[in-house]
Amino acid sequence: MSTAVEVVNVARRFGSVQALDGVSLTVEEGEFFGLLGPNGAGKTTLISVLAGLTRADTGTARILGHDVVGDYRAARRALGVVPQELVFDPFFTVRETLEIQSGYFGIRNNGPWIDEILQHLDLVSKADANMRSLSGGMKRRVLVGQALVHKPPVIVLDEPTAGVDVQLRQSLWKFIRKLNRDGHTIILTTHYLEEAEALCGRIAMLKAGRVVALDTKQNLLSRFAGLTVRLVADRVPAAWQPRVLRRDAGTFFIGLDRYGDLEGLLGALRTEGIGIDELALQETDLEHVFLRIMSAAGAAGAAGNARGAAR
Amino acid sequence: MTRIAGAGWLTLLYKELLRFWKVSFQTILAPVLTALLYLLIFSHVLEANVSVFGGKVPYTAFLVPGLVMMSVLQNAFANTSSSLMQSKMNGNLIFILLPPLSPLELFGAYVLGAMVRGLVVGLGVFAVTVFFAPSLLAMPHPFWALAFALLGSAILGSLGLVAAIWADKFDQISAFQNFIIVPLTFLSGVFYSIHSLPPFWQGLSRFNPFFYMIDGFRYGFFGLSDVPPAGSLAIVAGCAFLLSLLTLAILRSGWKLRN
Repeated sequence: MSTAVEVVNVARRFGSVQALDGVSLTVEEGEFFGLLGPNGAGKTTLISVLAGLTRADTGTARILGHDVVGDYRAARRALGVVPQELVFDPFFTVRETLEIQSGYFGIRNNGPWIDEILQHLDLVSKADANMRSLSGGMKRRVLVGQALVHKPPVIVLDEPTAGVDVQLRQSLWKFIRKLNRDGHTIILTTHYLEEAEALCGRIAMLKAGRVVALDTKQNLLSRFAGLTVRLVADRVPAAWQPRVLRRDAGTFFIGLDRYGDLEGLLGALRTEGIGIDELALQETDLEHVFLRIMSAAGAAGAAGNARGAAR
Repeated sequence: MTRIAGAGWLTLLYKELLRFWKVSFQTILAPVLTALLYLLIFSHVLEANVSVFGGKVPYTAFLVPGLVMMSVLQNAFANTSSSLMQSKMNGNLIFILLPPLSPLELFGAYVLGAMVRGLVVGLGVFAVTVFFAPSLLAMPHPFWALAFALLGSAILGSLGLVAAIWADKFDQISAFQNFIIVPLTFLSGVFYSIHSLPPFWQGLSRFNPFFYMIDGFRYGFFGLSDVPPAGSLAIVAGCAFLLSLLTLAILRSGWKLRN
């Protein structure tokens, strides 16, 4: 297997903001790769560098071995990008939009593939409708279609399901999964962590322009194996304060290593006379891994983590 | 599915043509009507009072090529500037930035689109104004006129591209248009021969590249001009060449487009 995407030490500064601060990562061909991070972590900037929409200050990026600046034609031919913003050209119909996008890649007579795309994205009935008349979800589908007109081996989706209804989300993932099975490499950024958990094989987490974690989903989950208690109470026993992962008003998320630890927590609550309003026990999921990594990276030593995690 | 390497720019050119064609009421008919109004008013007011080229040419006949060229220039500018600006503002410029189109291909497609728009509007203006001066149909030097129309529209198409790359909002585009393009075209001899101006203004006009475009274009219709046409052609071709280099350099640098 060869390398689909290779990012080496990419940095990019916008004014006083260091959007990317030495990011390195590699995605192999055929992977379903997740790129996670809070808003402003640099996910979209990294995608823009890959797509040639933004130039890196330092570092290099390659798509299937083609440098995104030096060999941009081959790099862009290999890449399909679904942008985050819901953009469209109001002058054209859905079919015209897809035909024109094919044409930009030098592709003529793309009718059969466009028909297939329209079918998979459930757009057949809208093929001759003007882009302006489509709903937000429909426009999102056309954006996905536009990214696929040239059958790119590498597909990048920048939060494709933001603001999309459940039904479309399901059908979209079915289609993306099929593309992945057919050999396309998929890179996905999303805010829905359960989505990344369900789809991605390997995940990179970004924070403040740095890679703070980069591993397979299984390793990430087992690295933080354990349980989380969701507790609604006035306060948390003093000894348990350090184990609070996150606090949401009166709701505390407390990390446990095993079920046995629960007894200790209940004992401490009883000793300090804290009443329990609500208590729930949850298995570790990606969201908790994400929260733990983000809060750890927020503390000192973030840089060390990033360097260690990046390959 | 047929992949033709390097054919992407033809689609961009096609899209540029389709864009203005789909709103031709506004992009073709409106400027033709404006030019017709200019002709009706100015020729009515000035025909008896203004003498051009030593009285060898009636004023209305003199005015028609000026209006044609003015429309060619203004519409070439309007096409690139509004197309790129709309794409920037709507965010759909990304559809052009993602494919493997080179700076030269982007430049070629946008500027050719602008030239076609300029020439189509110019032909439209000529078609409705020539009734007022049928003698113009006997053009002694049509290829001179064509050369100036092509170079002039290329220059304004490039300028429109630069203006739209530079501008962050529509306001700045209309400032560029109203404070630079319109004054330079109006003061270039569309409505008068510069020999009718006082010496100072005549001298100043010679620094206006638009003057050479209009004067050279007019030569194609009358075999008469304020300055020798070969010199004008050299100046206009030089401007077109330099501006093309500048525009290409800007596109290559990615300034404001791939920041």
